[in-house]
Amino acid sequence: MADNNKLAIIATKGSLDWAYPPLILATAAGAMGWDVGIFFTFYGLPLLNKDLKATVSSLGNPAMPMKMPFGPKGFQNFDWPIPNILTSNIPGFEALTTSLMKKTFKNKGVASINELRDMAVELEVRMIACQMTMDVFGFTKDEFIDECEIGGAAAFLEFASDANVSLYI
Amino acid sequence: MSDITKKLDCSGLLCPMPVVKTAKAMKELAVGDTLEMISTDAGAMPDMQAWANQTKHELLESEDLGGKYRFLIKKTH
Repeated sequence: MADNNKLAIIATKGSLDWAYPPLILATAAGAMGWDVGIFFTFYGLPLLNKDLKATVSSLGNPAMPMKMPFGPKGFQNFDWPIPNILTSNIPGFEALTTSLMKKTFKNKGVASINELRDMAVELEVRMIACQMTMDVFGFTKDEFIDECEIGGAAAFLEFASDANVSLYI
Repeated sequence: MSDITKKLDCSGLLCPMPVVKTAKAMKELAVGDTLEMISTDAGAMPDMQAWANQTKHELLESEDLGGKYRFLIKKTH
């Protein structure tokens, strides 16, 4: 078995793009037999919602490639030079960006964040919801998946205190 | 060469699914069994090596078949 390697992640962002890194790393580490814990705080907390609604916006994401998930390969690989200021202002563009990203990821064989989260649960990844953020934003435990636990900074730090890898995402 | 106990096709799946599915498949095997895993993920070669190092299962073979990668893993514990 692995020599009890341990990964501690703080997930602070809940947009579709930023939901991936903590879930990919957690599932990969879980698959390697590591002990894994994710502390969901601030905007990362909605990733524990039973009904995941993560979206992605091009607003403030100027490095995001603007690509199409259909058509010939050359067309798909083309990075549309649409100015950020423009895309950010078109009503409905966020929904479009979200659906394009979901479609592209699916086409390329990337698991959905729902699948990755289910996988994380199966791999016994500990998921800790930040109580303080729940109070601030008015979330209740019953909105979250049953497998999560509630904790604060001290609970996470205790878990992370002997982690080999600690990441703030 | 060991006999293959189980085959797992991870074609079309990207990181971390080949590793995650391999781990899942290994759980269902008995010690000494061998799993054959096929992947099209170009990251699978280094990832499977790392996975085997970490889990201490034995990576008997890893083969680049040109856009397709084939791994043989023996369950050691």
